[in-house]
Amino acid sequence: MAEQNAGTGDRPLIQVVGLTKVYRVGVETIHALRGLDLTIGRNEMVAIMGSSGSGKSTLMNMLGCLDRPTSGAYMLNGRDVSRMGAKELAQVRNEEIGFVFQSFELLPRQTALENVELPLIYAKGGWRGRRQRALAALDRVGLSKRVDHRPNQLSGGQRQRVAIARAILNTPSILLADEPTGNLDSATTAEILSLFRQIHSEGQTVIIVTHEDEVAAHCQRVVRLRDGRVLSDLPIGQDIAGRHLPSVHSAHAGAERAGA
Amino acid sequence: MLNPLFWLQAITLAFSQIWANKSRAFLTALGIIVGVASTTSVIAALTGLKAKVLSEFESVGASKFFVFPDRPDNAPRNMYPWEKILLKTAEAKAIRDECTLVKALTPITEVGLDVESGGKRIEGITVSGIWPDWHLVQNRFVQEGRPFTEIDVDSERQVCLINADAITELDLPANPVGEALLLGGRRFMIVGIVETTQARFFGMNTSSAEIFIPFSVAEKMQERNFFMRIEGMFASPETAQEGEDEVRFVLRRMRGLTPGEPQTFQVAAIDRFIEQFKALAAGITAIAGGIVGISLLVGGIGIMNIMLVSVSERTREIGLRKAVGATPMAILMQFLLEAVTLCLVGGFIGIAFGRLAAFGLTRIPGAQLDQADIPFWAVALSFAFSALTGIVFGMFPAIKASRLDPIEALRHE
Repeated sequence: MAEQNAGTGDRPLIQVVGLTKVYRVGVETIHALRGLDLTIGRNEMVAIMGSSGSGKSTLMNMLGCLDRPTSGAYMLNGRDVSRMGAKELAQVRNEEIGFVFQSFELLPRQTALENVELPLIYAKGGWRGRRQRALAALDRVGLSKRVDHRPNQLSGGQRQRVAIARAILNTPSILLADEPTGNLDSATTAEILSLFRQIHSEGQTVIIVTHEDEVAAHCQRVVRLRDGRVLSDLPIGQDIAGRHLPSVHSAHAGAERAGA
Repeated sequence: MLNPLFWLQAITLAFSQIWANKSRAFLTALGIIVGVASTTSVIAALTGLKAKVLSEFESVGASKFFVFPDRPDNAPRNMYPWEKILLKTAEAKAIRDECTLVKALTPITEVGLDVESGGKRIEGITVSGIWPDWHLVQNRFVQEGRPFTEIDVDSERQVCLINADAITELDLPANPVGEALLLGGRRFMIVGIVETTQARFFGMNTSSAEIFIPFSVAEKMQERNFFMRIEGMFASPETAQEGEDEVRFVLRRMRGLTPGEPQTFQVAAIDRFIEQFKALAAGITAIAGGIVGISLLVGGIGIMNIMLVSVSERTREIGLRKAVGATPMAILMQFLLEAVTLCLVGGFIGIAFGRLAAFGLTRIPGAQLDQADIPFWAVALSFAFSALTGIVFGMFPAIKASRLDPIEALRHE
């Protein structure tokens, strides 16, 4: 990890400093983030965990450039994205972020291929050779035989693969997955998680927001949040050791570390 | 800013949205369909009527003019007695001799006479006194025999021209040239058969039997103060305005009218009537335009309503599109394009119905609308107004969509 950072200069991919977010719901004021600091390097695979109300969704929205913080700074790839306008943020999302959602969010009337192509519609000039790029992305997720299927002709796991292909199409800086296996059975969950690991091994930075330890166990590093602050930020081995998780996950994590 | 792929998919999406909700789209666009269909068919009817009327004017001759006595507006009757303002033969001669732009001219006076031929007698037939130029002015020449000549008028010959209908009404032989008629007890020889006018100008010339005699003869058979009108034609329709001025000048001088004095006659060119009719038709077209405005307003509200429903139904889709990089402008354009497409499809169907109605109009017997057709400008304008409706009424839902918070939108159920 350190070597990779050195390769692209000293700047980490993501640098979040003193991030706060305050919502006003009616007369109530909710402090979703209270001065959060976080640094994530290139090609890391990080799980962000926390119970509901811990601020993990808010942090995900910030990291995904869907929302702006009340205060604090968010440097993505050396650019301060925390003060950008809606139009600039849209462009950053298009080029730097690949989203994977719990409920896939595919357009029902469009084929797998058309769904994967979607980000190119909003890309700056990047629409040439779109078909080849979309086919290559589908090939990477193992769906090259389902390109003309519509979402309702695909299984849950296949739908999530289409969504992942869409997310990695633009080779984003961050692949940001929000509970990506929340709607899948355990066998499919394992498939999808190993797909994430495969994509990570190909050099992609992956951030998975989850509340399941089984999902987090596939990552290298676990960031746990509570009350809008980082509670713990540990390599997977230490995180699991501290939580006395079943040994099967320890073994899995060990293999992951050995691989990295 | 937005790449070609965006426009391609936005248009495709707009049509697929309409196709996916066919009946809803149809009901939504109904206001626009009805508005465009009714307006285009009214314009088609007007166009047909205009073509018909103008062709009737044409048949009379666009360069034709009339002169008739006319009491000035609001002038007391005793100041301008009828006998003082009636046209005189000398005036007709002056106009003929002095107006360079007048190509041909004839005074016309009508006298009711009893007509006898052989054993048959008809009372009170209208006999018109004319000059030889009448043939040219009315564009009516002889089928048989000969036309009137200057000599007929100058030497007050007792000759007459009749039309084909007069032959049947008076029980004359098939070729009556050379036969004699008794008009008001005086013997006239039939020298020619004139063509019957094809275009009956707005129901004028209802009496089908016509008899013409030289003007100089008719003058003698009239009472002392008799009414005459002048019909003439200018060299071309383009010089009609100048020609009118010339006739007016000569007549004013003849009547000794000083510059401030009101005119005691009227000079009217057909050209003027055509202008007036065109103005009338334009007025009716404007009213039709107003109708389309109102129906497009009603239709537009329907469009706005359905677009708001569409935005609400597709909130998650909007959230996703924003997440993958759609700018607010891209979302706005997509929904605006969808509204415009819906309106244009409505406009297209409306024009199709309008065409059908226009075709129907041409088939109504006796309606004189056989030339009814939707002109190109009306088609273009209908599309333009439909598109404008889409833009105006699609704007609010589109702005609403573009301003959706992507986080909220993705959380929307």
